[in-house]
Amino acid sequence: MSIKSKALIRAEKLLPGNQDFTSITDDIAGVPEQKKTPIQWWLLFGLSLSLLSIFVGSVGFLIWEGTGIWGINNPVFWGWAIINFVWWVGIGHAGTLISAILHLFRQNWRNAINRFAETMTLFAVICALVFPGIHVGRIWVAYWFLPLPNQMGMWPNMRSPLIWDFFAVFTYFTVSLLFWYTGLIPDLATLRDRAKGLKKKVYGFFALGWRGGNRQWQHYELAYLVLAGISTPLVLSVHSVVSSDFATSVIPGWHTTIFPPYFVAGAIYSGFGMVMTLSIIARKVYNLGHIITVEHLDKMAQIMLLTGCMVGYAYSMEFFVAWYSGNPYESFAFVNRALGPYWWGYWAMIFCNVVVPQFFWFEKYRRHIPFLFITSILVNIGMWFERFVIVVITLHRDFMPGAWAMYNPTMWDVAIYLGTFGLFFTGFLLFLRFLPMVSIAEAKLVLPESDPHHGDSHE
Amino acid sequence: MSKYGVIAKFDNPQSLVHAAEKVRDEGFTKFDCHSPFPIHGMDDAMGLKRSKLGYVIGAMGLTGALFGFGLQTWIHSIEYPMNISGKPYFAYPAYAIITFELMVLFSAFGAVFGMMFFNRIPRFHHPVFYSEKFSDVSSDAFYVSIEIDDPKYDESGVIDFLKNIGGTEIEVLTDEN
Repeated sequence: MSIKSKALIRAEKLLPGNQDFTSITDDIAGVPEQKKTPIQWWLLFGLSLSLLSIFVGSVGFLIWEGTGIWGINNPVFWGWAIINFVWWVGIGHAGTLISAILHLFRQNWRNAINRFAETMTLFAVICALVFPGIHVGRIWVAYWFLPLPNQMGMWPNMRSPLIWDFFAVFTYFTVSLLFWYTGLIPDLATLRDRAKGLKKKVYGFFALGWRGGNRQWQHYELAYLVLAGISTPLVLSVHSVVSSDFATSVIPGWHTTIFPPYFVAGAIYSGFGMVMTLSIIARKVYNLGHIITVEHLDKMAQIMLLTGCMVGYAYSMEFFVAWYSGNPYESFAFVNRALGPYWWGYWAMIFCNVVVPQFFWFEKYRRHIPFLFITSILVNIGMWFERFVIVVITLHRDFMPGAWAMYNPTMWDVAIYLGTFGLFFTGFLLFLRFLPMVSIAEAKLVLPESDPHHGDSHE
Repeated sequence: MSKYGVIAKFDNPQSLVHAAEKVRDEGFTKFDCHSPFPIHGMDDAMGLKRSKLGYVIGAMGLTGALFGFGLQTWIHSIEYPMNISGKPYFAYPAYAIITFELMVLFSAFGAVFGMMFFNRIPRFHHPVFYSEKFSDVSSDAFYVSIEIDDPKYDESGVIDFLKNIGGTEIEVLTDEN
């Protein structure tokens, strides 16, 4: 069988079985309409709430006591907080990639996972924004980031990458929220039309009186297309700006031009890992295997293979340039990564981000769900270690050996990191319970019947 | 009890597109075609002009970019000149990022709120909601609606016309308030 005909058969299988418009609505809208919440949901929600309480408690103590409760000390002043910030922002990026870039490329398979991925983006960016917010120490003056007129006549330094970062992440969150809500409007109308009583009022309020008329769809589609169009450069800019927090410094190991593309590739890699983890759990718990199919998981694994190889290329290129530059500080920074006291962090990163995705060359592994589940978690462990390598290993030994030191995180670093999982999953589970996790309107566009030329003869 | 217009149901996207073409050719202007998802080619079938939303978004994007660049220039050149490691006050390459981010932010607001403006939403009281069956349009039904404001509107004529072009479950909508 030729490759092309194989691909065509695959495309038809995106929605297997005898599905029609009605069954798609019933299947997807049926989840938030469930009378009885599944027991697995309650278990996960209870776990998330307990992690959330750890988050609230440890952040509360941090605000009370100050950043001294963390392990940050000379010379490593950027510890877990910055690692976690970059990690969570990166996870968010796959959501925008799926919803915006794949929409522009007319990759219709994304319609089954884009809502999911966009929601993941929203909560991941909220978790990310927590860290710079609490890292400033005096959280009650965090609004000094904003260019607000004040009685001190003081303004932020707009030439600093830290302010760029604030603007980039803030814009990213706002645009992601608008994009997500715009996509939800027709689906909220569906839920409104099926609900009764108070639920009808609440869904109806947020559906804004959507009537599905083509005079509405016309503007809606253009708005959606433009949002996808502007989100695409936005998502590339956000992680590039995050990387310039590092790259504009003069620290050996950070001061490199490869950082922006390398950070973007890594972000997409980790984000797809997280989408994979979440969708494998959700399709299992809610029996949506016929809407989020093995085909979708296979395609996500292919993107992880691509971005994993890009990240691997960046790791080797960094080493090459460190040697080729002839700069002893630069060379030392990289040798210290691989062979220094934190060698285990470096090799954990290499294993998870470079070795593990190589299995995805083989179709057997791309379609093996337990294998995918484990690798998707390994991917995110690997990407956490990547940021650990960049932040901690680079800082702990810089120019002067007299200033070298080891970095030791405290229980509060761990508690706040674990706590953000509570924040993330509490939000995500509430979304799964009350909103359609797959875009109902867009899932129908995958059916051949949605094409107005369906059934026309082509002879 | 004021009347609003007539709705008629069609079977699938194809018949809705064909119906739209016939309604357009008949000379109706105040009509709409309702479907659970956007249908490719429907704008031409209804004879709609291209959406003007793009101009709104473009203007908002330009405003955002000018505001971002102007804000940074004003802060560092006029309001609060700050010498930081000898960098020039008017460091325009460093302003690119925030200029870009504000352009995107303003465009996104333009896209979403402009879409709401052109679509006249939020609007919670539209007469089509008085039809029980019309609510299926958000799941699996395809409807044409012709409004009473249309210059060619004549109730029995419209009903016959919609029947002729294949409409079923024809309903006259009345505003109950």
